[in-house]
Amino acid sequence: MEINDIIKPENCVYKKPTLLNDTNMHYCPGCSHGVVHKLIAEILEEKGWGDKAIGVSPVGCAVFAYKYVDIDWVEAAHGRAPALATAIKRLQPDKLVFTYQGDGDLAAIGTGETIHAANRGENIAIIFINNAIYGMTGGQMAPTTLLGMKTATTPYGRRVDLNGYPLAISELVAHLDGSCYVTRQSVHTPAAVRKAKAAIIHAFENSMAGKGTSLVEIVSTCNAGWKMTPAQANDWMVEHMFKKYPIGDLKNE
Amino acid sequence: MKEEVRLMKGNEALAHAMIRYGADGYFGYPITPQSEVLETLEAEMPWESTGMVVVQAESELASINMVYGGAACGKAVVTSSSSPGISLMQEGISYLAASELPALIVNVMRGGPGLGTIHPSQADYFQAVKGGGHGDYRLITLAPSSVQEMCDFVGLAWDLSFKYRTVAMILADGIVGQMMEKVVLPPQRPRRTDEEIRKQCPWALTGAKGRKPNVISSLELDTAQMERNNERFQRTYREIEKNEVRVEMLDVDDCDYLLVAFGSMARICQKVMENAREEGLKLGLIRPITLWPFPYEQIKNAAKKAKGILVVELDAGQMIEDVKLAVECKVDVEHYGRLGGIVPNPDEVLDALKEKVINKKK
Repeated sequence: MEINDIIKPENCVYKKPTLLNDTNMHYCPGCSHGVVHKLIAEILEEKGWGDKAIGVSPVGCAVFAYKYVDIDWVEAAHGRAPALATAIKRLQPDKLVFTYQGDGDLAAIGTGETIHAANRGENIAIIFINNAIYGMTGGQMAPTTLLGMKTATTPYGRRVDLNGYPLAISELVAHLDGSCYVTRQSVHTPAAVRKAKAAIIHAFENSMAGKGTSLVEIVSTCNAGWKMTPAQANDWMVEHMFKKYPIGDLKNE
Repeated sequence: MKEEVRLMKGNEALAHAMIRYGADGYFGYPITPQSEVLETLEAEMPWESTGMVVVQAESELASINMVYGGAACGKAVVTSSSSPGISLMQEGISYLAASELPALIVNVMRGGPGLGTIHPSQADYFQAVKGGGHGDYRLITLAPSSVQEMCDFVGLAWDLSFKYRTVAMILADGIVGQMMEKVVLPPQRPRRTDEEIRKQCPWALTGAKGRKPNVISSLELDTAQMERNNERFQRTYREIEKNEVRVEMLDVDDCDYLLVAFGSMARICQKVMENAREEGLKLGLIRPITLWPFPYEQIKNAAKKAKGILVVELDAGQMIEDVKLAVECKVDVEHYGRLGGIVPNPDEVLDALKEKVINKKK
């Protein structure tokens, strides 16, 4: 059988969502962002939400998220995405409003906005990429950096006496009365990707149904920042990150 | 709601004007001396009448970024605060300017620097008209001197802001915010429909239905494109400077000396003029209504016949720099100001004029 006999529409089992455009991504090979971007595009397309969705991109590696997924976007100042999303959803309640934020954006400079938007129960979905490092600025310590983990600003490893503890902000958000769904997922295996997709769908459905704030944390790899190969980074994440940030639902109401 | 005549504080007039001029959303955080704005809005419950959204945010940082989110949707959104809160908002204001979004920000100024005082001041002049945040940008800055103007300028600020896609600021001081006067509240201007917003603001985030996606972003890593963006902002600012200067001139054609003052100080200067006339001294008053764009030409022309100018401000001398630029050193320009929340009485202003300008001439 020739290859051209195989490449036919009736044999198609998988294709890239059309909402994910052909712009070359700036992400490093092995980074989790690309997978999560694809999931978002796929979900919006499958559910027919592409023309209802308004995304808020962060400052950090995902600052250019708006270049890759063809929906309406606004690019927020560092940490302020949940404040923007609050206004967008309040002013346009019929829209699907979500933020896409990294650990520095959501759990350091933007902790106040994260906590208060969730505590008010804003009907938004927050997609939280936790790779325990500041990727864009060159691998500095993040609020979620593990104890002992080496970064550009903890060259000998994170120390409690100097740097305090890693922050499990999803547990914090789960405690708030305004949050309706808080879950922690990953995208390092096909099975994990499918579970993460189901979680993001649930979060988006909650936003549309006006049930409160949903937060989907994706425990992610930053193999470039961690100075590992993509495969090593996946293994390291399972062995070390999952201990501090265990996978599963924290709250589902 | 029909036109209505009421007696109220400047801050309350702001709140009523926001509702009546068809605001879509207000986002604010309490701070003296302007907390009546949020209090009045919450009491009026406009979400029941016009559908206007009112949110008490967790900080001024959150309020200005809520304004950023709302403005990105093409909505008529507003926040108000006082000096320390406005300082906190500067990053967000810079983002709004860089994203060419219309929005209204009200600063009811109090004395600084730092936590300062809750008493009135005009010391945020530089911050408002020279740009308090980072980058080359301007705010259309309106300075009300009465409760009526607190009301009217809400409508004017929004009209200008949407016309030029530029942030507008109402720069009031604590006196105008707290004083009570008669005010004519306008009839209800209906909020724009979604359809009207899509038409007026084709760039707005309204969901990419039947059109290409819209992206609002201030980020541009291509330096050549970033320069072109900045040049576009500057073209808009030149256009505003050409079209939107507003100034009130009182008795300037028939005076020996000129007073220049804005906001509440212009009201005090009117009394100074009356008192001076009784002494046979002819004074004129120039009151810039737009602090940016500044009325350079008008001041330059009026100053031609004047023997001297006194700039009266509730600060250590800020607007005086623009007045000096306007008169190009052809007339003597002096400053009189009180600091720390103290408001001068008309007699001390007249004394200052005599001492610093008139007697200096002799």
